[in-house]
Amino acid sequence: MQGNIMEKAGMLFASLMCAIMLSPAWALATEVTEMAPVPAVGEADWWKWPLILLIVTFFMGIVAVLGGVGGGVLFVPIIGGFFPFHLDFVRGAGLLVALCVALAAGPGLLKANLASLRLAMPVALIASTMAIVGAMVGLALPTHIVQLSLGGTILGIVAIMLTAKKSTVPDVPHADALSSALRITGVFYEPTSKEEINWKVHRTIPGLFTFIIIGFMAGMFGLGAGWANVPVLNLMMGAPLKISVATSKFLLSITDTSAAWIYLNKGCVIPMMVVPSLIGIMLGSFVGVRLLKVAKPTFIRWMVIVILLFAGLKAVQKGLSTMGISLF
Amino acid sequence: MTQNNTQATKEQVLYADVLEKGMYAGLLLMVITFALYVLRVIPPIVPRSEISTYWSMPVHDYLVAINTNFLHWETLPTGWSWVKLLGYGDFLNFMPIAILSGVTIVCYSIIAPGLFARGDKAMGIMAIAEVLILSLAASGLLSVGH
Repeated sequence: MQGNIMEKAGMLFASLMCAIMLSPAWALATEVTEMAPVPAVGEADWWKWPLILLIVTFFMGIVAVLGGVGGGVLFVPIIGGFFPFHLDFVRGAGLLVALCVALAAGPGLLKANLASLRLAMPVALIASTMAIVGAMVGLALPTHIVQLSLGGTILGIVAIMLTAKKSTVPDVPHADALSSALRITGVFYEPTSKEEINWKVHRTIPGLFTFIIIGFMAGMFGLGAGWANVPVLNLMMGAPLKISVATSKFLLSITDTSAAWIYLNKGCVIPMMVVPSLIGIMLGSFVGVRLLKVAKPTFIRWMVIVILLFAGLKAVQKGLSTMGISLF
Repeated sequence: MTQNNTQATKEQVLYADVLEKGMYAGLLLMVITFALYVLRVIPPIVPRSEISTYWSMPVHDYLVAINTNFLHWETLPTGWSWVKLLGYGDFLNFMPIAILSGVTIVCYSIIAPGLFARGDKAMGIMAIAEVLILSLAASGLLSVGH
């Protein structure tokens, strides 16, 4: 029965997205690239957009948990593509949403020793530095270039989601010299097999280099970066999947912090957008975690892929339309 | 192998404790300040009904517009200038956002001495470097714009 409820929730989210895309608000969102301001609403109607944000992000929070993606990767393309907010504010809000979700999850994951501080520290140093650079570049570039790049990135994420494999406990014959020197290793208890699993990592230097790109993109687009962190930590560096997922979630609390400060200092934060989004996505995440036991992850994952595909195309279309090129 | 091997290290638990306290404080304060804002207990500088006029603008245009229409400052309200506006409901919300964005700096600052004390110099240096990087980002010294 709960499975049916989950499917209905998924369908409701998909329907909501369709309704948003077909509504006059979507038309307004398209015009944003042409710098047409949205008329001021009446004093009695000021709450409508925050309420819509709250509802959409609530469902987004559910879908993000069930689809195994972070909130930021859904928030920026969907809100940036289909809502009348400028991309500068959407990226600022997206970073804060991803940051707060990571902050909420971080302490529990660290205490359970699933997120590894020793694995996260060198990675975070590189990613957070590059997130600052990415945020500065993203705010300096013309909006249509960022839109186009965002669209390309989202389509790339779709490709990663469709093709990336996962390894529960990758085979790491020998830890490399750097990870040995930094003592990046650990033990965790796997309840399904009732055994303690020793883990270590390899290919640390290529992994750290990859986080230069990941950090840059996280800062530039305000996306969070769990979609990239997990494959690199798991498949490239050889951390077990559980450790990779948990460390990635914790890592976002550091990477997104640095970029969030750049957006905050630049003025890209409007509380009327940020707070409802944050509350919505966190409430949705709580519900999502409860539904996780009974949901059908394959269905949700495909729904996330389709939504991201559509949002990526929309971002490309918005970027091109500003340049006078019509895609559709 | 003992069960203790699966336990988090002392620094990791300390980091988690500070992070948890900062996170709860920030989120609680965020709900409170937002309620004060939307219920007009503390009136905002930009009226609630007019905010939708501005959020579709690029950030620079938005800052120019709110400065021209409401603040009348000589410089645009960027960096830490929001501190001067904490008496207004909308800008009061920046305080919990700053707490949530700043808690990681506190966490790293607190674990760094313990790392050095245990002879874990490499991680200690990384913790200090992270504090410096995040503090630089928070300082507002890195100015950018369209």
